Amino acid sequence: MPHDSHDHDHDHDHPHSLLPSDPALRVKALETVLTAKGLIDPAALDEIIDTYENRIGPRNGARVVAKAWSDPGFAQALRDDATQAVADLGYYGRQGEHLVVVENTPERHNMVVCTLCSCYPWPLLGIPPGWYKSDAYRARAVREPRAVLADFGVHLPEDTSVRVWDSTAEVRYLVLPMRPAGTEDLDEEALAGLVSRDSMIGTALAGAAPA
Amino acid sequence: MSRVHDMGGRFGDGAVRPEGEGDPVFHEDWHARALALTLAAGSLGKWNIDVSRHARECLAPKDYTAFGYYEKWLGGLADLLVNTGVLTREELAGADAGAISDLAERKLTSDQVAGVLAKGGPADRDSAVAPAFAAGDAVQTRARAGNVMVAGGHTRLPAYAAAARGRILRYHGTHVLPDSSAHGLGDAPEPLYAVVFAASELWLHPEHPGDEVVLDLWQSYLEPAR
Repeated sequence: MPHDSHDHDHDHDHPHSLLPSDPALRVKALETVLTAKGLIDPAALDEIIDTYENRIGPRNGARVVAKAWSDPGFAQALRDDATQAVADLGYYGRQGEHLVVVENTPERHNMVVCTLCSCYPWPLLGIPPGWYKSDAYRARAVREPRAVLADFGVHLPEDTSVRVWDSTAEVRYLVLPMRPAGTEDLDEEALAGLVSRDSMIGTALAGAAPA
Repeated sequence: MSRVHDMGGRFGDGAVRPEGEGDPVFHEDWHARALALTLAAGSLGKWNIDVSRHARECLAPKDYTAFGYYEKWLGGLADLLVNTGVLTREELAGADAGAISDLAERKLTSDQVAGVLAKGGPADRDSAVAPAFAAGDAVQTRARAGNVMVAGGHTRLPAYAAAARGRILRYHGTHVLPDSSAHGLGDAPEPLYAVVFAASELWLHPEHPGDEVVLDLWQSYLEPAR
């Protein structure tokens, strides 16, 4: 029967302890040795960073939500196969290979967490914010979602039930928030402006229509 | 039971501190570098996502607790690089890096980045294991959360959801089994389901009687509810 070497559970045997203790120096040391060995192209690192800093982020998800609000055919396509429906809009890739969209209603509010690590739909929302990756959110979202929502200033009616999705596999969840009242005349672009990142994780509601 | 990362339901972590929607994606330059380095090193093909998750989970609890998010990634990455033979301990410690690696031809180049990120890494695989459950079926999870193949190994059944009764909400198809894949034992694909549990089934003091938690669980984590 295979098993992990118990030695690996001893701190002194963890190779990472050989690196500098300052994390910025630790990254530098790793990049330096990997580059010297021909294993890393620093320009590729720049490219990855530029992608997630500037090109992939929550505006992608907001466009999906706005389209679902204004196009019943697309909303149905999302229910049938969200992965395909968003791929047709050009959103696919790492950490978005299997997508499911969950719809908020007056009766049910959805909220997403990964209690084991930080699983998150990167192609639609980008890299998760710090709080999503924090111990506090990971520990508490499944046990006391309403108290967590209160940390965000969100208070749900008593007759709304909360369904928390713990992303324990490679399926990524996107919350489809409820369309705010009074937005009937808005086009997709204006609607997308009402959709925050947090509303697509379920820790916020979509914004009100502009006055 | 259990490694330090498996914290769902734990008490004592305090308030969640929201960030502004306009805050930077990376709060420090080295955070961005750590993420990029991890993705680029992953493309050398020496490990899969389950192996890399397990490496982070195997950090000593006192390190896991003390480390920031990207420090955990760096710790896991350094350990993986040595444990898979990509680097020696001496090279990691800053000794002369020596010759160009035999793996250098797999180096991710900047012109390949967009394609690699866009391609992703789907986890669905054909499987000979037939689905045993359908939507609506009552199921229960294993009495104990843990990897049945590897002592102390990786699993995706959180401790809080062990020995719990729920019902099948959705069938996701057949997916790689992390309990196997994290340990070089093959993909072992099997049916994967979204399973819904009443909060009152999971917690002694649920906040609200109508609340629910959904987890994605592999068929071998489940049995018919008794």
